[in-house]
Amino acid sequence: MRAKLYASGRGRGLGTSRTRRVAAPDSGAASVGQYVGTVRHRIVILGGGIAGTLAANRLRRLYGDRAEVVVVDRDERHVYQPGLLYVPFGLTEPEAIVRPRAAFLADGIELRLGEVERVEAGDSTVFLADGTSLPYDVLVVATGALLLPEETEGLTGPGWNESVFTFYTLDGAVALRDALRAFEGGRLVVNLIDMPIKCPVAPLEFCFLADWFLQERGVRENVELTFVTPLDGAFTKPIASRMLTGLLREKGVALETEFATGRVDGETGRLISWDERELPFDLLVTIPLHGGHEFVARSPGLGDELGFVLCDQHTLQAGVAPNVFAIGDATNVPTSKAGSVAHFQGETLVENVRRFLDGEPLAGTFDGHTNCFIETGFRKALLIDFNYDVEPLPGRFPRPHAGPLPLLKESRLNHRAKLLFPWVYWNVLLRGRELPGIGAQLQLAGKTVPAAKGESE
Amino acid sequence: MTTTTISGTTLEVDAEGFLLDAGQWNEQVAEAIARERGIERLTDRHWLVIHFMRKTFLETGSAPSIRTLGKASGVEVKELYQLFPKGPAKLAALIGGIPKPRGCI
Repeated sequence: MRAKLYASGRGRGLGTSRTRRVAAPDSGAASVGQYVGTVRHRIVILGGGIAGTLAANRLRRLYGDRAEVVVVDRDERHVYQPGLLYVPFGLTEPEAIVRPRAAFLADGIELRLGEVERVEAGDSTVFLADGTSLPYDVLVVATGALLLPEETEGLTGPGWNESVFTFYTLDGAVALRDALRAFEGGRLVVNLIDMPIKCPVAPLEFCFLADWFLQERGVRENVELTFVTPLDGAFTKPIASRMLTGLLREKGVALETEFATGRVDGETGRLISWDERELPFDLLVTIPLHGGHEFVARSPGLGDELGFVLCDQHTLQAGVAPNVFAIGDATNVPTSKAGSVAHFQGETLVENVRRFLDGEPLAGTFDGHTNCFIETGFRKALLIDFNYDVEPLPGRFPRPHAGPLPLLKESRLNHRAKLLFPWVYWNVLLRGRELPGIGAQLQLAGKTVPAAKGESE
Repeated sequence: MTTTTISGTTLEVDAEGFLLDAGQWNEQVAEAIARERGIERLTDRHWLVIHFMRKTFLETGSAPSIRTLGKASGVEVKELYQLFPKGPAKLAALIGGIPKPRGCI
């Protein structure tokens, strides 16, 4: 058993890599003992979602057989998360957005199924729940963000998956699809409990698509559609927030801001804020609180109080130890939790793992770059592109001026590009490849700052 | 950028009244801002939160969110809303002389 081999590896560090016997990957590309006497790095990646998968593939491509790359995940199902938004509207079938994780890991990468118990960074070892240990030379944490619906009083109580739903899980999205098909009218409330959440534009997209879907069904006029947010506007960044607030108004979606949800009463259909404001609903679509993976809290020094990995926002090196890195939704860096971010971080992560192993200073090249399509219904979409310092601005993408995609503006072309995105996700992003013409760093050329009033940032 | 005069000191603030330089803050400034926002007296519970906010900001460079306050400041979310009505994280940051919490992205 492979587990035995790992469990026996009590010695750690680069020194032990020289002589560690490794199990042959399933591909048969390497044989046991082939690397005895050579330096072979042991890289363990926790999480086989988009971030972990693209990191594994990029590292495998860089090192070939000079590194052993092991990916640990609790299950074999890779969910294309951007697809969850479409399930409630019958725009995609649930089974179409799930594929086996192993199919997207390059030959020579090992996928270990198991639950992570904790990381002991001081000993450079990951402990799994089944008692085995995985020593590493470099650890990459890519375990994403988990939903924590039970942290909000009443949310998973009476009415859960009957009148209270979330589309952030596959089961939830399917249950909501059935409820939406049967919804004839009343108060439909779309709510996010608090930031941070994955894909912060998804709740807005849900509102836009719900407006379209209910019109198609001929029941829109019977529905009072409200978006409820703890933020002071539709979005976090001022220019995009003004634009999206206008779009909500155009589509007849009421906006309730600075509503910090304290509890949910599914029985009487009420959202209640911490300061005792109440909002009635017949159907609630909520985005629950998010946190990091449970093992982060059990791993000394690894995460913040929400379970996100403390790391440098430009190098992605974790604060807990120099041979630990993080990528994707698992980090605490102040940018969106989104697949595009994981993609843009990939280059920096792999370069810095290499630099660390070669004893070179790290590169602070990640700039917070995020890129999101926002579906607005009726076969149109917006595109936004931003980073730590530059908020979403109007312009053209990816080529300055030439585009062809318009930024921060509804267009059919953006919608068509979004339709191509699943293919890009499975075949380019997960493989750890670059998108032609789209650099990891945000490009300012071609973007314009509109004359703004009352800007605070 | 604008300036405001609080307890005899001229302070630089942004459009929403948040101090631009956390170093210009002191406890008299905090009490004056609190009174302007309808909090007559800052109790020990208020100060616990305000000092936690400042400590976190000075150490990490960003103001803690309401969830972080609820988990780590020693004051639960329910009480935070009683101490700092409407938006506790925002109001405590304002009184504590640090930038507005960005609520992440």
